[in-house]
Amino acid sequence: MAWHKLRPYAMIAPAIVIFCLFFIYPIGYMIYLSFHEWNFVSPDKQFVGMQNFASLFGEREFIEVMQNTFIYTALTVSLTIVISLLLALWLNNNGSVYSLVQGAVFSPHIISLVSVSMLWMWLMDTDYGLLNWFLNLFGLANVSWLTDPSTSLFSLVIVAVWKGIGFNTLIFIAGLQSIPRDMYEAAQLDESSKARTFWKLTLPMLSPTLFFLTIIGMINSFQVFETISIMTQGGPINSTNTFVYYIYEYGFRYFKIGYSSAAGVLLLFIVGLLTILYFKLLAKRVHYR
Amino acid sequence: MKTSYLGKLINGIGLFLIVCIFVFPFVWMISTSFKTLGETLTFPPKWIPEQFIWENFAKAWNSGPFFKYFLNSLIVSVGILILQFLTIIPAAYAFARYKFAGSSLFFALTMITLMIPGQLIFLPVYLQMSSWGLLDTLWALILPFASSAFGIFMLRQSFMQIPEELLEAARFDEAPEWKIILKIMIPIAKPVLITFALFSFISHWNDYFWPLVMTTSDSARTLPLGISKLREVDGGIAWNVLMAGNMILVIPILIVFFFAQRQIIRAFVYTGVK
Repeated sequence: MAWHKLRPYAMIAPAIVIFCLFFIYPIGYMIYLSFHEWNFVSPDKQFVGMQNFASLFGEREFIEVMQNTFIYTALTVSLTIVISLLLALWLNNNGSVYSLVQGAVFSPHIISLVSVSMLWMWLMDTDYGLLNWFLNLFGLANVSWLTDPSTSLFSLVIVAVWKGIGFNTLIFIAGLQSIPRDMYEAAQLDESSKARTFWKLTLPMLSPTLFFLTIIGMINSFQVFETISIMTQGGPINSTNTFVYYIYEYGFRYFKIGYSSAAGVLLLFIVGLLTILYFKLLAKRVHYR
Repeated sequence: MKTSYLGKLINGIGLFLIVCIFVFPFVWMISTSFKTLGETLTFPPKWIPEQFIWENFAKAWNSGPFFKYFLNSLIVSVGILILQFLTIIPAAYAFARYKFAGSSLFFALTMITLMIPGQLIFLPVYLQMSSWGLLDTLWALILPFASSAFGIFMLRQSFMQIPEELLEAARFDEAPEWKIILKIMIPIAKPVLITFALFSFISHWNDYFWPLVMTTSDSARTLPLGISKLREVDGGIAWNVLMAGNMILVIPILIVFFFAQRQIIRAFVYTGVK
């Protein structure tokens, strides 16, 4: 075959090989492993059918993990979206003061989760943390942010929201700025109230952005790991144990490879569903744009 | 629109409070990193340390092979970036400029990878690396990210916008394709490449999860992992040393952010607006 026919294949080959080796093949391998029992050391993998999945759902700890993950995701995503939208409406201004504020709000996004986690561990320290000092100022009692099972998950939500607001706000601002000016002028001519303009014009025009941020936020929250690994190690009493941390623990600490692969397949399935849902909704919405 | 002075004042105070919520924790980090251990444990807290204890940084740096961590982080982040450029530029060019059988299939495959985060498939990749004997080497940290679906997507968009006449003229002069890429495509797509480079470098510089999974000894550990191990120094947590250690990780990024704020924000926001 002539070189010019082969050339495009040669040019995409390195990238495609990397994708196949480190993304496509591992998925297949993980699905294969989820039907087997294996402790990583023994030479043979024993086929056990659906047993790993059955025992996942039979495990009380795993049900808790699912609950934690869902609560964490619902709280993180909804709080981040609402706060970011309000901030975006406020900070949507090209003035230099505003771009400075935007930069400040965005700064946690580019900081390593290791540092963010440790900084908040320090801020949330029960005895010497700044957060409790602040509560004391208002005459409130100390909160054991990370060491009390009833607040620990919510404390992690606070950290995630703090880190995520900047990114979400700037995406919302980009969305707001892409709404044509003349639509607002028309609304003004109609003497539409501010609230009405928001509900009838701004929010519908922003809906693709809203979908995008909600789905991306959910996908990211489902995989929360770093803050848990550094701040709580899943505790106290399993109150902050979530999906990826659970997979990590069962794979690397207890060497139940098949079992933790089954949990991985389940997570992959959920994330896949969310992605498909996103594209479905987006396809429906496209004609509005 | 009415603009009253009171309204302006309230708006200004509000903006200031917002900045505080996001910047103050970093200020607190800096303040703590200069304190003595005793000062960190006073309540109510001291805002400015009595003496600036520079020793905390030395303590943090000497508590492990931090130069090694730093070097590993640099090799991994830069290595990934170089390999990504080598793989995404030709791929993006092929997807943008050639018609070939199966191109949409391969592009779909690329887009699927964009949807699969490493956090989902670390276990099988770990087993793979183990069977290749690459665990606990820098290769295990670099190879999986040697290409980037996001980069290909971004670059393809910008390559497609370059007018065909420009390429026709070059081909008429019998310029080889690699020369077209080097002399025409890359210079035009330079802003996109810089944007992508910032995004890629910062993401991998900060990464904690992948090195945690793939390394077992100090020989391949990176800075974020080294910092996370600081917790175990001296039994109890020494917050001053811990915060000093984190400054080593955070300050370079914040300095870059200060000077290239626009580009960095664009790099990260690009993922959302497409």
